[in-house]
Amino acid sequence: MESWATDIVKKAFKQGSQGTVDQLKTIGRELAMGSQGSSKDFLDLVKAIGEAKSKAEEERIVLAEIELLKKRIMEPDVPRKKMKEYIIRLVYVEMLGHDASFGYIYAVKMTHDDNLLCKKSGYLATTLFLNEDHDLIILIVNTIQKDLKSDNYLVVSAALTAVCKLINEETIPAVLPQVIDLLGHPKEHVRKKAVMALHRFYQRSPSSVSHLLTKFRQILCDKDPSVMSAALCALFDLVSSDVKAFKNLTASFVSILKQVAEHRLPKAYDYHRTPAPFVQIKILKILALLGAGDRHTSENMYSVLLEVLKRCEPGKGEPATNISNAILYECICTITAIVASPKLLGMAAEITSRFLKSDNHNYKYMGIDALGRVIQINPDFAEQHQLAVIDCLEDQDDTLKRKTLDLLYKMTKSTNVEVIVDHMISYMRTLSDAHNKTEIASRIVELAERFAPSNQWFIQTMNQVFELAGDLVPAKVAHDLMRLLAKGAGEDDEEADSLLRSSAVESYLQLLGEPKLPSILLQVVCWVLGEFGTAGGTHSADDIIGKLCDVAEAHPGDTVVKGYAITAITKICAFEIAAGRQVQLLPECRSFMDDLLASHSTDLQQRAYELQVFLGLGPDIVQKVLHVNGSGEEIEIDTDLPFLQEFVDSSLANGARPYVHENERFEMSSGMSSFVSTSRTQQEPSHALRFEAYETPTVHTPSASSSAPPSLLPDFQEKKPESPRSLRNQLAADNSQVDLLGPEITRLRLDGVQKKWGRPSAPSQPPPVTTSNFDQEIERSGNGGSGVSERASSNRESTPAVHVYTEKKKAQPEIPAEKQRLAASLFGGSSGKRDANGVKGSKPAPNRPAAGNSKEKIPSTAQAPAPAPLMDLMDMGGGDLFSAPVAKASYDPFKELEGLLDGPSTAASTSTPAAPQKSSSIDFMSLYDSTPVVSHNTVPSTNDHDFLSLGLTSSSGIEPMNRPEAGLLDLNEFPANSPLAGLAGLEQSSSSSSTSLPERKGPSLQDSLQKDATTRQVGVTPTGANPALFQDLFG
Amino acid sequence: MILASLIMNTQGKPRLTKFYEHLSVERQQEVLRAVYSVLSSRADNLCSFVESDDIFGPDTKLVYKHFATLYFVFVIDNAESELGILDLIQVFVETLDRCFKNVCELDIVHNFNKVHTILDEIVMGGQVVETSSAEVMKAVQDIWKLERVGDLNPANVKGIGHYRNSRS
Repeated sequence: MESWATDIVKKAFKQGSQGTVDQLKTIGRELAMGSQGSSKDFLDLVKAIGEAKSKAEEERIVLAEIELLKKRIMEPDVPRKKMKEYIIRLVYVEMLGHDASFGYIYAVKMTHDDNLLCKKSGYLATTLFLNEDHDLIILIVNTIQKDLKSDNYLVVSAALTAVCKLINEETIPAVLPQVIDLLGHPKEHVRKKAVMALHRFYQRSPSSVSHLLTKFRQILCDKDPSVMSAALCALFDLVSSDVKAFKNLTASFVSILKQVAEHRLPKAYDYHRTPAPFVQIKILKILALLGAGDRHTSENMYSVLLEVLKRCEPGKGEPATNISNAILYECICTITAIVASPKLLGMAAEITSRFLKSDNHNYKYMGIDALGRVIQINPDFAEQHQLAVIDCLEDQDDTLKRKTLDLLYKMTKSTNVEVIVDHMISYMRTLSDAHNKTEIASRIVELAERFAPSNQWFIQTMNQVFELAGDLVPAKVAHDLMRLLAKGAGEDDEEADSLLRSSAVESYLQLLGEPKLPSILLQVVCWVLGEFGTAGGTHSADDIIGKLCDVAEAHPGDTVVKGYAITAITKICAFEIAAGRQVQLLPECRSFMDDLLASHSTDLQQRAYELQVFLGLGPDIVQKVLHVNGSGEEIEIDTDLPFLQEFVDSSLANGARPYVHENERFEMSSGMSSFVSTSRTQQEPSHALRFEAYETPTVHTPSASSSAPPSLLPDFQEKKPESPRSLRNQLAADNSQVDLLGPEITRLRLDGVQKKWGRPSAPSQPPPVTTSNFDQEIERSGNGGSGVSERASSNRESTPAVHVYTEKKKAQPEIPAEKQRLAASLFGGSSGKRDANGVKGSKPAPNRPAAGNSKEKIPSTAQAPAPAPLMDLMDMGGGDLFSAPVAKASYDPFKELEGLLDGPSTAASTSTPAAPQKSSSIDFMSLYDSTPVVSHNTVPSTNDHDFLSLGLTSSSGIEPMNRPEAGLLDLNEFPANSPLAGLAGLEQSSSSSSTSLPERKGPSLQDSLQKDATTRQVGVTPTGANPALFQDLFG
Repeated sequence: MILASLIMNTQGKPRLTKFYEHLSVERQQEVLRAVYSVLSSRADNLCSFVESDDIFGPDTKLVYKHFATLYFVFVIDNAESELGILDLIQVFVETLDRCFKNVCELDIVHNFNKVHTILDEIVMGGQVVETSSAEVMKAVQDIWKLERVGDLNPANVKGIGHYRNSRS
């Protein structure tokens, strides 16, 4: 279907490329022609570049040329002919990718020239060199203004061309009047360009020409069709931005299209015997916009569309031309966009079939695209063309294949998902560029999440995606997969779950045989092996540990994978110990652990230490610390720490200073010179990272010599750093920044604390750098069941959880109800069920929480170790997750802790005003009684049993780590009876201190006390589905 | 709209580049390399469209035609018709052929400012202004006639004469 012209051109091109002899001839011809802009120098340059053997040589030639031009162009009195040539050479040099900015000013100067040739060259160069915000533009505006008024229409149109590129929003007013005047220019050539320039102004800044919108309508009636067609371009943009305003033009467009289609335009507008095809296409596009979703408007188009379709049909025996097919395709687009009649739809379908059956790849491509449009109206239509679609899918043409996959993606149902995803995966195998891979991977993940027929299939598909796309897959996908495994398909079918898990374990063990696996897949593998590797009983602990060591060894540079591996080993060891078996670490594992003990990454070090500690513990403790298969369990956290009430009360009774909220503390003490620390408080409220060096601890000057209970407070304060973190929650570390920060916090904290406790009256300030993290970490780590010690560790746990959660939340609006239903039926967990329980039940992994559940707690993600990029910590600080009151309440528990600690320490001076306390307590209490559920639920509970049990571990007096021990056993002196409660209470005391104040709102007091009692029993508020959860802990 | 018009040879050397939205020189080179690597990897009988959202952003396509040693590439967004642009390239090349009489790569290299003039008559500010080869010829002819008047260099007169002869 090539036209005669193409043949001629092709022949010509072939002639031109026959060989160097021909080329030389052509150069000779060029020289003879002496074509404008080229001198011998320029020809030599082009020739030299063309003959350059290497890139370096070319570079050299061009640089020499630049030097030469630089010198020549700056010479005084360069003849303008010469100057024009220099400018052309500059353009050429810049086209080759070299900087020619030194010559821009000369190009601008040249636009001032009176000679049209020079002026045009000047405009050409400036439009190529400068963008509309360049500094030199201001020098050219004046020239443009002058040229737009020129008598010579060629000068005017040259200026108009330049206007399109060079005029920016600020300079539009300077040329706008002239351009508008030109709309009445006698030459249609100029009018056309003026319309284009106005359109360009509209694109740059719609407001600048907003008063001219009617002008565009008028131009539509210009007597010259080419001007009218120029107006169509502008109108297309206008209509797409505001359809309603242009509905009344529908009749005009229809009548124009009718006239064009009926060959009423002069013959000159024909293109390959098709009348003004570009005008037809533009109008069809506009009609599609106007008729979308509007039956009345659409009906007006039916007859003209039929006419256009009829006229474009090729006559008998002759093939359709390319351009008539272009119009036909555009008709399909319009028909599928508007509210079309069945007849039109039938014709559209017929043309689509013809496109699909064509041998020409271009038409096939258009056919696939058209099919995608048609099936949105008539889904059954796809079936007739299955074969054609499959053909396109197997075509060697990448564009066609991608287009077809796009189509399939739109067509995916639960019945065909397996086939389609299979095709997508095999296509992904052939890809090498990251962009497309990312895109297709995300589509596969989406389809798999939406339509997965079984968990088994889902896991396998995800494995393939990870394998192929590797680290291009968002980490969230991996976490969803892990959560799916942890939760299982449903809550009841334990057997199916374990089957699923063991099959996952098997497939991962097999996978480890592969030479190169992406980091993210390895993380999943490590986690799964650690969690379930030994659960089935088919693999011995040694086997799995060996594999894990191999993984870590094979990726010496990947600290994240190493972290996952060591934690997995820890878990397996712990499971073994808990099962009463003797664990004898393999030598390779031992050396791996020793390596990590000396690792530069404090995170890895910490993990290794934990493993070491676990190896030294007895089965009964380990059992309590780590539950076999405890990953799916959840813990409710009561952020108000009501069980500490007693402690607070007794402290107050002993004359401790009541808790004062940070802000109020500042206000009330702003006048007190003695309260030195206020200045610091003042600096803190933003909680932004601070980068200056740590201040010397002497800042915490004691304001009053107070007698803090020395045995009590320092002890629990120092517990913070020394306590081991729970095992599972360490998995979360992904981001090395966080990895570093976590332990860092602990350390720094230790220093600050010790100093501070020497001078007890000052509120304890965390070192500035860590403040924000720490605060936030506390803010969202549930305080309920864990000891103070878990704070530091829980941040990696909780943050990921929150992170994942936010993502999900954001994703919600995109998820149609149908998808949720499907996902629910696929993966067992239904949101309704959860609601009914009043607890968040296990959340099925791939499906997202229903919108109504947005307030629900996140399931403990100890088993879903989402990495916590540092930024997310900050994001959470932004608090789009927390509802306002909660955010306020949990605003800064750390400060609240300070307040509490302040209390006893400044026991001597308990003259703190009551009002501020009260208001702060109101914050808490109002929260507590008005939105208890919210307050419980919005704070992501990320503490697992592990936290709790760890608390127990430490409080049982077992030395968890080789770190400074500061009287762990002192904990027994703690007012709360149970050591656990004592420990856990420390944390809770921080934020519940306000609730413990004497001034309290009536009804809520009861509530909180009741909760308090319960909490004290179990250490957490057991509002979860299984209150017996902690039974094993407490006998 | 049309985002860019490019002509490059089969070795990846740019012969004419025109971007309707400004790109820095470095970015232009990047884009050219990316376009070339896509085009050079495609066989001749495949379709003339390549989705280029990794090069030019979402919903952009390359529409290209391969003539002898040259690729003619138009980068378009959703508002243009792919098949229409294919014909526009045809118009462009036909016009070039009329201007240079059996146009070849070297004609374009040596006269790229002329080629720019021709392209400016067809595409302006990213919109198609003229689709008739004859109309473009007329406009370009007018310009060159005037240029001849404005420029007394005999070589140039000859050049235009040559072109005029080729028309007749």
